[in-house]
Amino acid sequence: MIAITVNGQAREVAEGSTLADLVAQLAASPQALATAVNGDFVPRDVRAAHLLHAGDQVFTFQPITGG
Amino acid sequence: MSAASSPATAPLTIGGVTLQSRFFLGTAGYPSPAVLQQAVAVSGSQVVTVGLKRQLAGDGKPNDFMALVRATGAHLLPNTAGCRTASEAVTLARMARELYGTHWIKLEVVGDEHTLQPDPYELVEAARTLAKDGFEVFPYCMDDIVSCQRLLDVGCRILMPWGAPIGSGQGLLNPTALRTLRARFPDVPLVVDAGIGSPKDAVQAMELGYDAVLLNSAVSQARDPVAMALAFKLAVESGRLAWEAGIMARQDMAVPSTPVTGRPFVL
Repeated sequence: MIAITVNGQAREVAEGSTLADLVAQLAASPQALATAVNGDFVPRDVRAAHLLHAGDQVFTFQPITGG
Repeated sequence: MSAASSPATAPLTIGGVTLQSRFFLGTAGYPSPAVLQQAVAVSGSQVVTVGLKRQLAGDGKPNDFMALVRATGAHLLPNTAGCRTASEAVTLARMARELYGTHWIKLEVVGDEHTLQPDPYELVEAARTLAKDGFEVFPYCMDDIVSCQRLLDVGCRILMPWGAPIGSGQGLLNPTALRTLRARFPDVPLVVDAGIGSPKDAVQAMELGYDAVLLNSAVSQARDPVAMALAFKLAVESGRLAWEAGIMARQDMAVPSTPVTGRPFVL
């Protein structure tokens, strides 16, 4: 297992996990959220190729009302 | 315009689309989703602003807001609220493009916590990157001519100067600066964004020749947001019609309007 953070909270994921694997645990559908790793946007279609590493800071965003 | 024709104002072309409504409405802070939905419907708005938030732990359920806002049929204008640096704003804008499926972005990079005043330096840097990346940038900016020119220089085609601090409802604090901006950039779509409190502020913005107004709290925080949405719709239309009709020049002294000849009983 490797230690990462997701939206600031500590989380462990299996070594070799991709961002797509993580998103599958977090959301009902891959379209439900947008992702960034270590401050950089990671598009939906490259999540499956994006390996997570120890210490990665993952952020996930979803739609909300706004002004 | 003939008396028999409908009092429609000229359409607005902005961001590659042509709109009948010049009233852009925010979607935050309504008493309920149903009230939001009704307010948008009554407003006639064809552009609504939306946001993004960090997902909370365990919050992986389907998002009802997306369905609601799509059902309005309005163009979605996602914002980068909360960003303090160009880098943050660029990342959030790219997330917004994917989530909402639009290349429009209301670019907010705030530089002061108390007034939520835009940071003109970070704003320009973010706008430069996003314009190159294919975004249609709607920058929430100051009413300062030089920083506005910089935004245009880096690829913005629209400017959205504030009227007053976000959510303050203070109205147009510096109409002279807004008027000057209009005069300096006659061909750039200008939208007053932020600070509008009452429909009279919207009328004022439109009478200054602004192309549209963007507001949120003035409607969502009203006692009756749906009625207020209608009040703003009428105000925006009224102000625009007045601008198109040509407002009379102010005079320092009285100018008699009745065509009498001198005093009625004095020859």
